[in-house]
Amino acid sequence: MSRFAMVIDTRRCVGCYDCVVACKTENGVPEGYSRDWITEEVHGAFPTLQMEIRSERCNHCDNPPCVSCCPTGASHVHEPGGVVLVTHDKCIGCKACLAACPYNARFIHPDGYADKCTFCIHRVERGLDPACVSVCPTHCMHFGDLDDPQSEVSQLLNSRPHHALLPEAGTKPCIFYLT
Amino acid sequence: MMNLSRRRFLKIGAGTMAAAGSLDASLHVLAGSGKPAARGTRTVPTFCNLCFWECGAIATVRDGKLWKIEGNPLDPLSRGRLCPRGTGGIGAHFDPDRLRSPLLRVSERGEEKWKAVTWDEALSFIAGNMQKIKAEYGPESFAAFIHGLGGKFFKQTLRAYGTENIAAPSFAQCRGPRDVGFTLTFGDGVGSPERTDIENAQCIVLIGSHIGENMHNTQVQEFAAAVGKGASIIVADPRFSVAASKAKFYLPVKPGTDLALLLAWMNVIVGEKLYDKEYVDKYGLGFEQFAAEIQPFTPEWAYPETGIDPDLIRATAREMARYRPATLIHPGRHSSWYGDDAQRSRAIALLNALMGSWGRKGGLYIPAGMEIPGYPVPPYPKSEKPPVDNPNNQYPFADEAISTGIREATLTGKPYPVKGWLVYATNLLYSLPNQAETIRAIQNLDLFVVVDTIPSEIACWADIVLPESIYLERYDELHSEPFRQPFIALRQPVVDAPADQKPNWWIAKTLAEKLGLGAYYPWKDIEEYLAARLKAAGYSFEDLKRDGILPGPQRPIYFEDGAPAVFDTPSKKIEFYSAQLQKAGFDPVPKYTPPEQPPQGSYRLLFGRAPTHSFSRTQTNPLLMDLQNENSVWVNAVEAQRLGLKSGDYVRLRNLDGQVSNRVLVKATERIRPDCVYITHGWGHTSRMLRSAFGRGASDSQLITRYKTDPLMGGTGMNVNFVTLETEV
Repeated sequence: MSRFAMVIDTRRCVGCYDCVVACKTENGVPEGYSRDWITEEVHGAFPTLQMEIRSERCNHCDNPPCVSCCPTGASHVHEPGGVVLVTHDKCIGCKACLAACPYNARFIHPDGYADKCTFCIHRVERGLDPACVSVCPTHCMHFGDLDDPQSEVSQLLNSRPHHALLPEAGTKPCIFYLT
Repeated sequence: MMNLSRRRFLKIGAGTMAAAGSLDASLHVLAGSGKPAARGTRTVPTFCNLCFWECGAIATVRDGKLWKIEGNPLDPLSRGRLCPRGTGGIGAHFDPDRLRSPLLRVSERGEEKWKAVTWDEALSFIAGNMQKIKAEYGPESFAAFIHGLGGKFFKQTLRAYGTENIAAPSFAQCRGPRDVGFTLTFGDGVGSPERTDIENAQCIVLIGSHIGENMHNTQVQEFAAAVGKGASIIVADPRFSVAASKAKFYLPVKPGTDLALLLAWMNVIVGEKLYDKEYVDKYGLGFEQFAAEIQPFTPEWAYPETGIDPDLIRATAREMARYRPATLIHPGRHSSWYGDDAQRSRAIALLNALMGSWGRKGGLYIPAGMEIPGYPVPPYPKSEKPPVDNPNNQYPFADEAISTGIREATLTGKPYPVKGWLVYATNLLYSLPNQAETIRAIQNLDLFVVVDTIPSEIACWADIVLPESIYLERYDELHSEPFRQPFIALRQPVVDAPADQKPNWWIAKTLAEKLGLGAYYPWKDIEEYLAARLKAAGYSFEDLKRDGILPGPQRPIYFEDGAPAVFDTPSKKIEFYSAQLQKAGFDPVPKYTPPEQPPQGSYRLLFGRAPTHSFSRTQTNPLLMDLQNENSVWVNAVEAQRLGLKSGDYVRLRNLDGQVSNRVLVKATERIRPDCVYITHGWGHTSRMLRSAFGRGASDSQLITRYKTDPLMGGTGMNVNFVTLETEV
């Protein structure tokens, strides 16, 4: 099996939003919406400060509450890769998944279905990186298979300190931030 | 930048068509075919125009509709990756606020009342009025402000007409002081793209330069690579920039005192003999005099000026020396800050010279260019009058035309009247300081032409506005700038222009023909022109059309690899002590003058860039507006609390001359000193035709009523305005 994940190096990231706009063009995300976003976290008092900039999106959790709460089965785990996806024509737009997601990663598309990051599965299945990863001018984003110990993502997680978002939510997120 | 939610953003203003809904009429037609588009995808290599970096790119059209644009992996500038503006560049094609046809003013200037006219009517009107100005005042009384590569053919038409009064705000309002400071020292400027070897630097010093927020693509890529490799980053900035968050040392320098910091660094490096003595002895001139001049400027002297602890000044000076010559003190780009900018830039140049970094790996490399012969044209008429922008050589080290000098001549009629302006691809009201002076100068004109893609603020004041097609719809002049790897890049059309917009070359050529100057355009169309230029250089137009980029022969770029150590100064040496400055009555070694301080209760207004927008020309791009749709004013968190402000409140900024900004969001943050506030440039649009940008955010340009002119080269220091914050109710 394979388990797709993203590893993002916060030391390199400058928070430029290229990942956000690349996702919008690649996936035709409608005006006013976005599937990924930038967060800045600042600690300390001027001038002794630390800042972490993160490119965030659906965490494609191993234990995805958006899937378990979905009444129609529209939200599902796509294999191989464990990618959390939404089947548009099964989705009734009930927003249960929006409420269940601790990362606020979903929105209702103007066409009525729940929408979010797909890990660009249409690209990944053709051997390409997700659009956000492929455009990043700082090369801070890495995509790959956690089940493969030789993959770049596995090796980065083995060699660098990292964290995930809201581990306490128990969702087992698959996006990791190198620090 | 605002932290936008990925959910519903603020709707961008009534009357704005959704991008996805507005294209259908125009985009189902393939370039040149005039027929309904075929299914499937096709790609076209071209290069970006969202900023002056001009990255090589590949656009993809799907089912006849522009889909996306990505970096061209063959391009040494983009290395296959564009910045956010480049990636969002296709939004410029879909922009619902674009100019669609030539517009003739039918009311008072600035009232934005227009009549759509044909190109023939528009260009006949312009040519007729240009001939009148030529007959009455001489051709030199027609001046132009031109920015970027697309201006090439307008310059050609105007030179043929007989004027050399052509300026770009990118000199006096931007990078001019830097290039003058470096040329005085090393005999050459820094260039664009800059010759900074960031990726090989082991120590990078940024002085107010906010790489990562200013998104000069290769620089950001190299900076991230250097950070990834563990380079030591030193950032001096009144604001805790993104780059500062990557730094080993952050120096929260008091605004306007950078030169004091630079002198103290050099004092330590010379005093502790940390400089590259061999390099200085071999290439330098006047080191002893220089060393004597900086001797008083100790870290203790600099402390009360800069607010930087002397121990931190010493530690960072030693850090720089530890990694030399792979220590890069970045020259920056926008450097017109305080009016002493050429001398501050010269101090940066001198610090690099002490590190031995000019010409060395990890420093400032010697870029390699390509020889591409120009298309032969008849000789231009010789002007009988001197350039209008710098009478009596008042600014003796200005080596390009001073845009504010042309404005001054237009206002005063001295040294001779200026009666016509053409403005191409620069929103002059946002690029020159003091908007009122620009508007007063416009009142003295008999003819004012603006060529733009969107109805910018300056277009609103024109007599006639010409709509240019955007970069994805046109051919352009070849792009080839000296760089690490020499290259030629081609811009070629990906899709048709959606309405009656025309490319710059066609406008300039047709205008020349109407002026009876057709002999200067001895080619039928630009494809013939480009093919001939490439053939003369030994390259094939077809190859370039296919690949978008052709690499040139690689040459050594470091002294150690055989790049020539040539310094084109009067002495042919690196001038630590500048005899030419001394002779012209200026400080031969930079000296610091304390800046004026903000009056009680007011803050120095600083401005900079966001990675999501370029200048004031992308705020109607629907894709980029989805990333950031207004700017915010950064206020130190403690000051904000004192003023009763919190993030998300709206305020207006009032400067000391009573100018009040549009309302702007407060960003209360620890990331800035308490004595200044900061906004990103390009917001607060007042052109009603920019429907999706109108009234969003505050304009620094509106508040920059005061400016301090650099006595060496006429640059306009613009960080000299103070503002108070007024709560918006």
